[in-house]
Amino acid sequence: MPSKGVKSFRTRQDKQKMIEKLKKKTHFSKLEIEKLLEMQRKLSTRGNKIDRSKFRDLLHNTFAITEDFIMDRVFKAFDKDNDSHLNEEEWILGMSVFLRGTIDELCKYCFDVYDMNSDGFISREEMFHLLKQSLIVPGNEQDDPDDGVKDLVEVALKKLDQDHDTRVSFEDFKTSIHDDNLLLECFGRCLPNLPRKESFLEQIADEAHLKK
Amino acid sequence: MGQALTRAAQWTSAKGGSGGKLEYTKINEELLNSIIAFVDGFSAKYPEESKLVFKKPLTWQSSLKPNMIKGPGMTDRGEDLVSEETAGKDQPLFCLQKHDQMTYNVSVMTMHHAEEVMRAAGDKKMHEVRACLEANRDPVANMLGDRFATVEGDDNSIFRYMEEIAKEQEMLAKQSAEERNEDRQAEIEEMKSVLKLRLCLQRLDQQLMDQSITIISKEVRLTPVTVDGEVSILKELCGHEDDNTVLEKLDYWGDNYVFKNGCRAQPKRQLHGDICYLEVKPHDGQNFYVTANTSGYYCNKGPDNQGDMDYEKEGDSYRELVTMLKEKSPKFAEMIDKQDFALKQHDKHDKYMDVRVEQQDDEDANETYRSEAPRGGRQKTMDDQEKDKQKSKSQKKKKLEPSLKWRALGMEEYSAEKMDREKRVLKKKKTTQRMKSKTPVDNEDSFSESSTESEEEEEAVERRSETNADLPSEYWQIQKLVKYLKGGNQTATIIALCSMRDFNLAQETCQLAIRDVGGLEVLINLLDTEEIKCKIGALKILKEISRNTQIRRAIADLGGLQTMVKILREHDKELKCLAAETIANVAKFRRARRTVRQHGGIKKLVGLLDCGSVNGPMNPEIERDVEVARCGALALWSCSKSRKNKEAMRKAGAIPLLAKLLKSTHEEMLIPVVGTLQECSSEQNYRLAIRTEGMVQDLVKNLNSSTDELQMHCAAAIFKCAEEKETRDLVRLYGGLDPLVKLLEKTENKELLAAATGAIWKCAISPENVQRFQELKAVDRLVALLNNQPEEVLVNVVGALGELAKDPPNRAQIRKAGGISPLVNLLTGTNQSLLVNVTTAVGQCAEEQDNMAIIDKLDGVRLLWSLLKNQNPEVQASAAWAICPCIENAKDAGEMVRSFVGGLELIVSLLKSEHKEVLASVCAAIANIAKDEENLAVITDHGVVPMLARLTNTVEDFVVYRPKHWKKARTDDRLRRHLAEAIARCCNWGNNRTAFGREGAVAPLVKYLKSTDEDVHRSTARALFQLSKNPENCITMHEAGVVKPLIKMVGAQDEELQEASAGCIGNIRRLALANEKARYS
Repeated sequence: MPSKGVKSFRTRQDKQKMIEKLKKKTHFSKLEIEKLLEMQRKLSTRGNKIDRSKFRDLLHNTFAITEDFIMDRVFKAFDKDNDSHLNEEEWILGMSVFLRGTIDELCKYCFDVYDMNSDGFISREEMFHLLKQSLIVPGNEQDDPDDGVKDLVEVALKKLDQDHDTRVSFEDFKTSIHDDNLLLECFGRCLPNLPRKESFLEQIADEAHLKK
Repeated sequence: MGQALTRAAQWTSAKGGSGGKLEYTKINEELLNSIIAFVDGFSAKYPEESKLVFKKPLTWQSSLKPNMIKGPGMTDRGEDLVSEETAGKDQPLFCLQKHDQMTYNVSVMTMHHAEEVMRAAGDKKMHEVRACLEANRDPVANMLGDRFATVEGDDNSIFRYMEEIAKEQEMLAKQSAEERNEDRQAEIEEMKSVLKLRLCLQRLDQQLMDQSITIISKEVRLTPVTVDGEVSILKELCGHEDDNTVLEKLDYWGDNYVFKNGCRAQPKRQLHGDICYLEVKPHDGQNFYVTANTSGYYCNKGPDNQGDMDYEKEGDSYRELVTMLKEKSPKFAEMIDKQDFALKQHDKHDKYMDVRVEQQDDEDANETYRSEAPRGGRQKTMDDQEKDKQKSKSQKKKKLEPSLKWRALGMEEYSAEKMDREKRVLKKKKTTQRMKSKTPVDNEDSFSESSTESEEEEEAVERRSETNADLPSEYWQIQKLVKYLKGGNQTATIIALCSMRDFNLAQETCQLAIRDVGGLEVLINLLDTEEIKCKIGALKILKEISRNTQIRRAIADLGGLQTMVKILREHDKELKCLAAETIANVAKFRRARRTVRQHGGIKKLVGLLDCGSVNGPMNPEIERDVEVARCGALALWSCSKSRKNKEAMRKAGAIPLLAKLLKSTHEEMLIPVVGTLQECSSEQNYRLAIRTEGMVQDLVKNLNSSTDELQMHCAAAIFKCAEEKETRDLVRLYGGLDPLVKLLEKTENKELLAAATGAIWKCAISPENVQRFQELKAVDRLVALLNNQPEEVLVNVVGALGELAKDPPNRAQIRKAGGISPLVNLLTGTNQSLLVNVTTAVGQCAEEQDNMAIIDKLDGVRLLWSLLKNQNPEVQASAAWAICPCIENAKDAGEMVRSFVGGLELIVSLLKSEHKEVLASVCAAIANIAKDEENLAVITDHGVVPMLARLTNTVEDFVVYRPKHWKKARTDDRLRRHLAEAIARCCNWGNNRTAFGREGAVAPLVKYLKSTDEDVHRSTARALFQLSKNPENCITMHEAGVVKPLIKMVGAQDEELQEASAGCIGNIRRLALANEKARYS
């Protein structure tokens, strides 16, 4: 298994092996994986790794995910080993969930994005942080602008906190989403919308097709 | 001029006496002008007469001052002015006495002085004449003595006076020889001048009359148009503010039905000349009621406790409503005179617009305005609102100002909806009641502008204070969520949308709360965004809350339908489903359905129906397609309640798709599909398609379903489709009759019962089906349903029994099941369609002797007979048809018929009806009645002969058989047949044969032989045979060319026809022989 220390001087066979392996773990075809790897090579600055800023550019430009810290969180969710860079596997696995994830995978992914301190719970504070920007028009001028957000947090908490422990566990989150899958991105958009997703998928499929 | 003044001039009080005033009308002005012209220059034309001293002075209050008339021949006597000339005992010919500070009493004794006064009055002439005439209602009597007083009827005073003069002169002539009596001479001279003056005045009178007649003849009688005009103008000036409106309220009284002639009064009152009744509420004083009669406006005594108008006249008649109101209400007079209201005209108008909007959407928008108002009101300072609040309370009136958005939206649509308005007003009350208890209302700044207001809003205020304390907590929570919807980004929106669905959206409190806090607009706006998640979330909420009628209307008003129709085009299937389901909920009223059609929604909805296979192997993808189709069918079901939509659906190719979906086995799918088909099968096109596309089989199959609703729709579809014979046969072939009869057991579900009995009724039109129903013992079950069922069910049950009773065994069966008595009892009902069916059924039953005995015992014939008085011609006709077998089969029918007081006269009078079916049935009844000689004598006395003769002429035009109008032709043949039959029977009395000949009935009858209907031939031949017993008729017949067709008919199959034709020819021939014999002998 390629790890972060290994430089990408891989033989063709190694590469094929890795693709095969990745193919089993993801929702991509072989050609799509090749295409994605190609893309990664273009994006990578050093070795075969994508750094944070490149990834953010990609999210911003291609998938229209614009919120700063959500982008950071998405990067974190992709970057399983926390080295601030995405290697091939992280990239492919991440994109697989990102673009074609099943509802359970997406649950996990979103939860990871929202669980900022990775303690397995989304707490009130985390929600507040996530929703801080979401009210464009605050209430009355006299009111504390945060009051609206706090209220919203309570609303969300009420909706998601199934076991009433004033925080949202992964189980809570999953149950809520099974009830109503609209809640998947309830704390901020961290998935591409349909047209963006489709055009991106088309792009990798098309080029793969052309290569053939 | 007396006649003109009493009759032509318009007095405010038509009663005599000096109290009356001349109205300020055009006619009066003309009259006064003519009188002025007459007085002016009188002394120049008739110097003698102008000096004639009046018998009594004409005295009136004048505005003239002594200094205006001062001149030679006048003397001052203190403050008074008197002329030097006097008439006998110190009575001055002219006198101006001080009355009070400003006014003087004038009295004049000659025309000369009257002229003087006029001259002095200058431009106040009109005023003086008016005052004079008002004070002296009969000036002629004053001037020339009471003998010339104006009298009603012929006025012979002049002639008598002339005779008197002539007599006097004669006497004088006799006396002249002996003693010349100077005095007498002078007396005669005076009499002569009196006569002359009288003639002058007479001429003036004539002139005035002529003048006013020309004016009056144009406008003398009130017409509905003028009344309407006057009322509508005044209505515009009504309102609560007493500083700029003339009345508080003016409206028509009674139910708002307007007859064709424009009258609103009931026909019986129209006979008295009543046009309509008005209810007037002046600012000062009590409500009063006004009758607008063709003769003028007058007060009536108003409605009594039961709401019946007491039409008795109270007080005087007025030519114009305004004049009357001026008299009744000083405030009105003041306002009219001030003309202050005119200034307000403009903003008045605006207010009307508001009121109109409000009324039109009362059913639901009332509440919405309130919800809109807070936003409108935000700009206002609290101070303003306080003031408004107080104002509205103190004045008991207030008006919410619809926000601009509302006004911009749908105003045009509302005008088209006007038709619905009246209906809605009825519902209004109910709605308010309901809302009163449940609707939460935002207490703060709930209303903004005050103006005119309906009572309902008043309730709203009270409600506010009442419900303020206990607004449900949901309300506040929903308000908060809507705030997030409005002011949040996508994330906040989705959280809010998801949380909102945690409320019980089926509950009206929540539905209205969403609307009241302005959530609907936001939700509908969300449908226009790009975000699929938001759209789905919003639609999920809209789908739920649109079950509420008020919400539906609000969604339509906000343009939600257009957006949803657009969404139908999207790819996301969930979205399509939700949109279609919401449309299904919203399109429950007419305007919404029209909107869907006009925005191309029908085509898209039909497109949704297209989903691969319905019953094949399922995978998630196909399941989703089927779900989309189901939602599409749901929406189409709602839309298919409008005729144009049915047509649009057909054009979009809905029929084959529906046929395919009908094969489904899922009830959730079948219910909307069958529901749609059922709705559409009111159209001929659909009925045909349902038959030819093989849908009948599926409908029959689903009659066996376990769901009542599905069964009900299937039965209803069969009910509508079974109008056609082929469909009826198919229903039998597919074994649909058994389940239909079985459905009769479900007595608790009335809708299902109504549909099932309806289907049985229509199916029973085919004799083969009757056979099957007999085997299934349908009669017993139907008879059991004759008691305690709602009218919708009864109509169908009785209809079915009527059809079944065409088969003799069933008649006996109805009797055995005890059905006769409930049927006869139903004859006393009022539902017209029920009556048509009941009479038919009773008629069919009466075909059997035993049944007839029961009907007779229950006095059924009398009930049938009284239905002849029903206003509905269909009821009349079917009652008359039912009477025929009754007379035929009753024991001692003649006596029975005679026992109905006025019955024979009634039935003869129905021959004046304009409806062919009524005529045919009445002819048939008369033919039966005429079997009894005594009755024949009575109806002859009632003039049956000329009436029948007249009918022969009116129906002959249709003799030629025209395939295009086959139905009409058939009715006509029926009429002809029974008419001829009636004539044949009526010939048996007195000289009726001759009378028929005289009335010209013979020649048209001969033409009947050209008809293609053998029944017509038979009865016509019989009639001709009877008529030919009179030689005159034979000649007429012969001339009309009767022989040839009769000879052909002698060779017909029908024996009766043969016999009658032969008899007729025989009579003609015998006449010819007798003729020849007479000639040669």
